[in-house]
Amino acid sequence: MTSADWLKIDPEQEIEKITRVIHRTVRRTMRRRGAVVGVSGGIDSAVCAALCARALGSENVLALLMPERDSSALSKRLGRELAEKFSLQCLEEDITPVLDGAGCYDRQLDAITRLVPEYGVGWKNKIVLPSILDGDRLNVSRLTVQSPSGEYRTERLSVDQYCQLVAATNFKQRIRTMMEYYHADRLNYAVCGTPNRLEYDQGFFVKGGDGLADFKPIAHLYKTQVYALARALGVPDGICSRTPTTDTYSLEQTQEEFYFALPYDKMDVCLYSCNNNIPPQETADALGLTVDQVLRVFRDIESKRRATLPLHLPALTMETVEPIAAMISECK
Amino acid sequence: MAHNDVRDTVHEFIRKNFVFDDTKTIDGHTSLLGTGIIDSTGILELIGFLETNYNVKFHDAELIGENFDSIDKITAFLGAKLNGR
Repeated sequence: MTSADWLKIDPEQEIEKITRVIHRTVRRTMRRRGAVVGVSGGIDSAVCAALCARALGSENVLALLMPERDSSALSKRLGRELAEKFSLQCLEEDITPVLDGAGCYDRQLDAITRLVPEYGVGWKNKIVLPSILDGDRLNVSRLTVQSPSGEYRTERLSVDQYCQLVAATNFKQRIRTMMEYYHADRLNYAVCGTPNRLEYDQGFFVKGGDGLADFKPIAHLYKTQVYALARALGVPDGICSRTPTTDTYSLEQTQEEFYFALPYDKMDVCLYSCNNNIPPQETADALGLTVDQVLRVFRDIESKRRATLPLHLPALTMETVEPIAAMISECK
Repeated sequence: MAHNDVRDTVHEFIRKNFVFDDTKTIDGHTSLLGTGIIDSTGILELIGFLETNYNVKFHDAELIGENFDSIDKITAFLGAKLNGR
């Protein structure tokens, strides 16, 4: 059995299973008419929107495009293409003014200029991590900036600069979720969350932002499996072939630069190996890595799980509040 | 600066800022990263504290687990760096 077999699923069977659960959850448990999906132009939201359309009827799915100042134009174009392909309702909400009002961009700028004083209009930025494959490097975040003349510079962030930059940027995910719930309330719809298993497991989401939703139909699927569903559902090629990106910072940033140790296909295999106790040697052979590199990735997976556990926790009450606790339990 | 002073200062900083469970103790060879006492944000905080407190600058190549994963390792690495300047 090869690593490709480890992640193999029957896409049609999986689609059938997920759509049944979406239908039951949204209609019967939540008593909602349809679903709002924040569509980013990426593979995860595309698959979620297509699954919702199949489960609830395309006329009952709202594809919400929420670009802001730093978004790529391609994201919007692919989002519209998806909505057309599956005949979804489609709305665009430019969230730039809300972010401006909340001070998102000013707070980002303040954090960046403390490190790079000349940073200003026409400059771009992103946060990057060193590659875990290069050795026993610590996960120390750095800021890469590009000047208007195209020159790149990378500097190590202090903890204050890093936390402020991330906190300010998190406004983006939180404002998007706020907008999704506005439309969900207006239409009596539920909000669909779009994390895949890698993101869910590794805490790659913002609490109260993209981590907040009424249901998460692909949170149990490795990203490789999400692609398999995308092809079976007929998601447009432009989305299937696009390199996964955060589309959050003004410079183009891959997910492995910012958070994951490896490209998604290799991360999937490592996460699967970790979850299924596959020996590091076998994983290393499957991926063309050394055992040391695989062990470093395994440690990184465990460390991110531990660090992001609080993101998964609901607000804790001081004691169980009945009968609500029992009613929630029944829904599960 | 005496070896023990560095060790005590580092130990106290880590205990105050990262050991949130009062019932837990850490010794010199406890793995700070492996046990989750320090995460990636904590590492930035620790590096910033050491650089400011001891007026040193760490190079990227020095930011490895071998130098920062325990109080013993930090003490040895920092001591060598301070003695070498």
